Amino acid sequence: MARIVLSGNLAAVTGGETEIALEVGNVRQLFQALAEHYPGLPENFAEDLAVAIDGEIYQDALLEPIRNDSEVILFPKIAGG
Amino acid sequence: MTRHHVSATVNGDAVEFLCETQQTLLDVLRNELRLTGTKEGCATGDCGACSVTVDGRLVCSCLMLGVEAEGKSIRTIEGMAQGENLHVLQRKFLEHAALQCGVCTPGFLMSARSLLENNPNPTESEVRYGLAGNLCRCTGYHKIVEAVLDAAREMRGA
Amino acid sequence: MSTTIKYEPRELKVVGTRPIRHDGVDKVTGRARYGADFDLPGQLIGKVLRSPHAHARIRSIDVSAALALPGVKAVVTRDDFAEMPEEYAAAGEIVVNFYDVTRNVMAREKALYDGHAVAAVAATSEAIAKQALKLIKVDYEVLPHVIDVLEAMKPDAPVLHEHQYTQLVTPKPDKPSNVAKRLEFKRGDVEAGFRQADLVVEREFNTKPVHQGYIEPQACLASYSEDGQADLWTSTQGHFVFRAQCAKLLQMEVSKIRVMPTEIGGGFGGKNTVYCEPVAIALSRKAHRPVKIVMTRDEVFRATGPTSGANVRVKMGCTRDGRIIAAEAVLNYQAGAFAGSSVSPASMSAFTRYDVDHVHVVAHDVTVNRPKVAAYRAPGAPIVAFGVESVIDEMAKKLGIDPIDFRLKNAAREGTQSYYGPKLGSIGFIETLQAAKAHPNYRVPLGPNQGRGVATGFWFNAGNETSCALNINEDGTVSLVLGVVDVAGGLRTALAMIVAEELGIDVDKVRPSHSDTTELGFNFVTAGSRGTFAGGMACVVAARDAIEKLRQRAAKIREVPVDAVEWKDGRAQPIQGSAHRFAPMTLAEIAKVAGKTGGTIAGHAEINAQGAGPGFATQIVDVEVDRETGLVKVLRYTIAQDVGKAIHPAYVEGQLQGGVVQGIGWALNEEYVYGKDGRLQNPGFLDYRVPVASDVPFVDAVIVEVPNPNHPYGVRGCGEVSIIAPMAAIANAVESAIGIRICEQPLSPPRVLAAIEEAAATRKA
Repeated sequence: MARIVLSGNLAAVTGGETEIALEVGNVRQLFQALAEHYPGLPENFAEDLAVAIDGEIYQDALLEPIRNDSEVILFPKIAGG
Repeated sequence: MTRHHVSATVNGDAVEFLCETQQTLLDVLRNELRLTGTKEGCATGDCGACSVTVDGRLVCSCLMLGVEAEGKSIRTIEGMAQGENLHVLQRKFLEHAALQCGVCTPGFLMSARSLLENNPNPTESEVRYGLAGNLCRCTGYHKIVEAVLDAAREMRGA
Repeated sequence: MSTTIKYEPRELKVVGTRPIRHDGVDKVTGRARYGADFDLPGQLIGKVLRSPHAHARIRSIDVSAALALPGVKAVVTRDDFAEMPEEYAAAGEIVVNFYDVTRNVMAREKALYDGHAVAAVAATSEAIAKQALKLIKVDYEVLPHVIDVLEAMKPDAPVLHEHQYTQLVTPKPDKPSNVAKRLEFKRGDVEAGFRQADLVVEREFNTKPVHQGYIEPQACLASYSEDGQADLWTSTQGHFVFRAQCAKLLQMEVSKIRVMPTEIGGGFGGKNTVYCEPVAIALSRKAHRPVKIVMTRDEVFRATGPTSGANVRVKMGCTRDGRIIAAEAVLNYQAGAFAGSSVSPASMSAFTRYDVDHVHVVAHDVTVNRPKVAAYRAPGAPIVAFGVESVIDEMAKKLGIDPIDFRLKNAAREGTQSYYGPKLGSIGFIETLQAAKAHPNYRVPLGPNQGRGVATGFWFNAGNETSCALNINEDGTVSLVLGVVDVAGGLRTALAMIVAEELGIDVDKVRPSHSDTTELGFNFVTAGSRGTFAGGMACVVAARDAIEKLRQRAAKIREVPVDAVEWKDGRAQPIQGSAHRFAPMTLAEIAKVAGKTGGTIAGHAEINAQGAGPGFATQIVDVEVDRETGLVKVLRYTIAQDVGKAIHPAYVEGQLQGGVVQGIGWALNEEYVYGKDGRLQNPGFLDYRVPVASDVPFVDAVIVEVPNPNHPYGVRGCGEVSIIAPMAAIANAVESAIGIRICEQPLSPPRVLAAIEEAAATRKA
């Protein structure tokens, strides 16, 4: 199972949990699994998130594969000026 | 509204136009004569983007009325190059990458030409104070000052 | 799908040189056309009526007298814009709450700031339009307002939005608040960290809102036709995003709106979002004539931008030998009238330059009765860097450690775990510290009342959706059609250079131009320093697509297998070691016969670029303080920044120098000044003073190049990092000069003089 690390921001709606193991094949499945696991997540939570999969950062990459031994870190998306 | 008939010279050409009393020279240049190279950044004389010369004197065209141009000789950015030959300042601005968005550039070029006409051999500080009426938000002025100093050098034949 | 192309070191012919920009001659001769330079036959002039109140309920709007004025062809108010649900929706990739966006474009129930649009007219002349505005009767019920961020956070503060409850707090709040959102990032145990520290410094900082200050006010021209289609010319950082926002707000299909990006007279984040564009289209729809709206400078200051003013508390602890153990920050950022300040990236950038085990950051996004903030170059980062780098300066000073050495001891490097999420990849922070330390400016002797300050900056940089097309013309020249807007940094030339490098031709054979929204697929706004990174990646993909087709075409023409053909130095030639010999064909030779050998050749890219490389900078500034007037004069300035790779070094220097001088303005002069009535008192360049040429010295720009492993040329992006450190560097330099640490900015003469006088009074007492 992939190790999923949530940013501190989401702790308020995950009952304080910041880490979870999930079996997911890609980013889209990860977001679906999180929504099921944490009903308190805001509806649009995925729109605000970037992911780092094994150290590589992705934004808006729903089909990016996640391996079973991957470490995935979720944090807020970045835009800029 | 009554419109006034005005005759003037713009970049060496005789022009005639009609304008309302409250119309600025900037408005006339842009909207009556369709010379849109002169830009409006503030309309209060603070940014210098609308700089032109009137009878050789540098002015913010947003602070002068169109009717005041009667009988005057006006130079704008459109008249700066001679045929295919860019003015030395225009060339130096390109070579030194002294412009980015370019909306302040016509005003800077008009101001810089006036500066060098009055002082062909300015120091860095004189260039900075000479151009202090023109705002540029992109470049930090570094390359503009370099370009003007380099143009002055070339124009002096040094 | 997402695209990353790894860094490929190689010999370069075009990249790294300094050709003249393609838009240069048009810009020095006055030919270049900006937002206000477009006109259509029969066009009307649009003007916007703006609220004079900071906070007021709009009871009614009577436009009948305005409509009756001869020459007035249309008036629009809140009734002409559809209600939008309270939900975050993606439009053009920016997730925004259209409930808020439609209200910012045109006030509905309430006017929320001085300058808030309340109605708009289109008339046959500007004079008539202005006269019509005076005839619109708005019945306001003036409400108490709040401007300051800390005031707005108090429980008894006037609330802007009765439906706004603080997000991401537990338990869910039971009453509405101006605090729209609370963010928190944690690593380690910050309290335990402080207990281990030998030295703890804690300070509170306050900054004012500043405006992006682009010289070209927002301007657009819209033409809506009876078949429901609209054309829009506008000065924008992203025409596809503007199309998306207009379509949503006006309930039109995306394909019905065509947006032509004009030359843009500066943006810096301020032209990422629509203001007058939907209004112009709505007016044109009603008037059946084209409508042009050009904002005045007063409107730009009162109703667009700015960036947040903020209150920031920073506490840091380190060991005796200068190792930072714990770091804590609370960030309170003004969002303006609607939620969504830059506090999120600010809180993620606060300590990311350093390797710290124990970190805790809490941040609040706070609505106040000011214009909704917009992005401004590294949004939010300069404010928090001012706090963090000031505290670090104080720690280094107290321990007697050189400020650059102190930072070197703690600097983030490849593999450093960030407190907000990922580990940092390959970065060049240490290299910038070393370059700054080695610069001769670091050793220039200082005189009386002079001081030197050091500070650093970090920015994430971004990738995102990008497309381009590269058409090979029949004479072998290349037309490069770009979907990312050249927001003035020289992007189109940098991208043409990349295409020339890939194809092996001269850069003057490539002519770059902007697409309109019908010519390419979606492109995100040029923001997050992504232009050269993501645009460059797209150009590489498109060029390689074209090269593949050129190889195939050459193979067909020469009647050899395609794997016998390689592309090198601008021509198709026999691959080394291949048994197939044939006469090489240049790009121009293939192009000449392309039509008769299968058709014209083009390359395309439609990508979502991933792998943006973070950028770091170290800055050194020397100042002199006039103790009689409080004037701070900047004597010399040095910036060393890691840009990954400078495609066009002169344009990169321009980004570094330009960002620094904007930062100097933020530090020394610029601020929004409000009266007790909640009205902005300085909406003009006379009283809102951006730096002029005589305010600043030359800025020595040192380009550091540690390649981004996730870009074919190693590009990181360079536009934003430069603005982050100046506020802190200047504060540190002023402290060195006069021995007083001033934690409020701008350091304008009255504020500095007051600090000097207060210090003198304290000494006497």
